[in-house]
Formats: sequence, C-alpha cells, structure tokens
Amino acid sequence: MIILSFFVMGLLLGVFRCFPRELQDCNISFYVLCLLMFLVGISIGNDSSMFQRFSRLNTRLIFLPLITIVGTWLGVIAVGLLLKDRSITDCLAVGSGFGYYSLSSILITQYKGVELGTIALLSNIMREVITLLFAPWMLKFFGRLAPISAGGATTMDTTFPVIVHNSGKDYAIVSVYHGFIVDFTVPFLVTFFCSL
Amino acid sequence: MMFVVIFCMLGGAAIGYLFRRRKILFIHRFILIVVWLLLFLLGIEVGANEMIIRQFGNLGFEAFLLAAGGTLGSVLAAWLLWLVIRNKILSSEG
Repeated sequence: MIILSFFVMGLLLGVFRCFPRELQDCNISFYVLCLLMFLVGISIGNDSSMFQRFSRLNTRLIFLPLITIVGTWLGVIAVGLLLKDRSITDCLAVGSGFGYYSLSSILITQYKGVELGTIALLSNIMREVITLLFAPWMLKFFGRLAPISAGGATTMDTTFPVIVHNSGKDYAIVSVYHGFIVDFTVPFLVTFFCSL
Repeated sequence: MMFVVIFCMLGGAAIGYLFRRRKILFIHRFILIVVWLLLFLLGIEVGANEMIIRQFGNLGFEAFLLAAGGTLGSVLAAWLLWLVIRNKILSSEG
C-alpha cells in the first residue's frame, strides 16, 4: 500500500506538471535503478544461511520454481495471442515479473518505455492481490502447491503468511525456497524478453 | 545498457558474499526506500505522459488479463506437479 501511494503521488505530480522537466531528461531513474540492483545483489550474496535452510527441502519439490515459470509463460502466451497489438515477447516480459512489481516495472520502463512499464506494474500487483485473495480456493481445487506457484516471486515475503496459513507450515521452507529462486530469475528473464 | 543493470546486481552479490560474516542489516530498509523513490519517479513519468493517462483503463484491462493468465497458468502447472507427487509427499509426511 505504501509502495502504491508513492506511485500515485508521483502520478499526481506528473499530471499537474509540478516537476522540473530537466530532472526527467537526465535519466536519473536509470542510475537509481543501478543502485537498487546493486543493493539487491548485496542482500542476496549476504544471506548465506539461505542455502543451508534449503538443504532440508523435499527433493521432489526442487522443480516447483521451474513449474511456476513455465506455467506462467504458457498462460501469458495464451493471453498474448488474444491481445493483438502486444507482441508475445512484451507479454512474456510482463509475465516474468512473477508478482515482483517494483523491480519488473522499473526494468521494463527502462527497456521498453513507460506504457509497458505501467502494464507491468499493474499486472504484477494484481497477481499478488489475486494470490492473497484466492489462495484458499486454489488450495481446494488445485492442491497445496497451487498458492505457492501463484505467488511467484513473492512467496518469501508478502504472500508467505497466506501460503503457510493455507498450505500448512510443512510448506514454509518450500515457499521461501520458491520465492528466492523465482525472485532471482526476474531481472534476468525480464531483461532477456525485453532484448528480443 | 540492459546488461549494466545485471552486472550491478552480480557485483553487489559478490560484495555481499565477501562480507557474509557480518550481516548487513540495514540493507533491506535501504532497498525499500530506493524502491519507493523509483516508483515515485515512475509515477511522475506516467503522469506526465498524456497518452498513457488517457489509456489508463485499457492498460489496466490488459494488465488484468496478463495477471489472470499468468496466475492461472502457473496454478494449473502446479496442479499437475501436485497430482504426480502427491501420494509420495503425503506418505512421507505420515
């Protein structure tokens, strides 16, 4: 919510032109993005206990992140075929945010422009909200792994409580592992699809 | 330009790993603040773009379709995996 309010604040400032144009032209957001990625890198490299925790993981669930990624791609490709004025690679770039809306929207804005960046922001926020709202329903019809897959990159933070509550605490480690791996793939996959 | 961003992350990961013995605790708060700043900048860029403001409803609808498609696809894929491994997992849980 706080995150969204910053976006809305910027939006209003932009609409009413309360901002010096020069600041936009000097590409400040690109440098801030590089700083962000550097920080994200530090936090990943710094957390060595993560790898020890994963060693207790059920071996059959190691492929769950891959399942999530491929499933998302197939779903997004299907939608992409319906959206005639969007290329499939644009759709795949948006889908490869896996709910990690802050990073994916910022990356896509840099690579592909504001329009697709806005879609990425909204779409990935919606994915998180859908997961939060429908986790019990997913569990009921599609098994205990479904809420984890739906959560995408967010299963180690924002959707984690809901997943543990629904799928059970046996799935806590899987959820963190899944979120960590999918999270890590976002910058690579988004960059890849934007470069095609 | 795209790969500059990736290299920034890899460089950060290397530094984070070098200092893994001392936990850098403030990093998550710092990341959050930078994310706020970037979304604020994104907001300004979107707000100043009249074409996007006019199209906001359409963009929102496309975003919803992509979100729904992606989520449904991953849920169905997870269901398939669940059907395959369900019995083994439930028996190992006892």
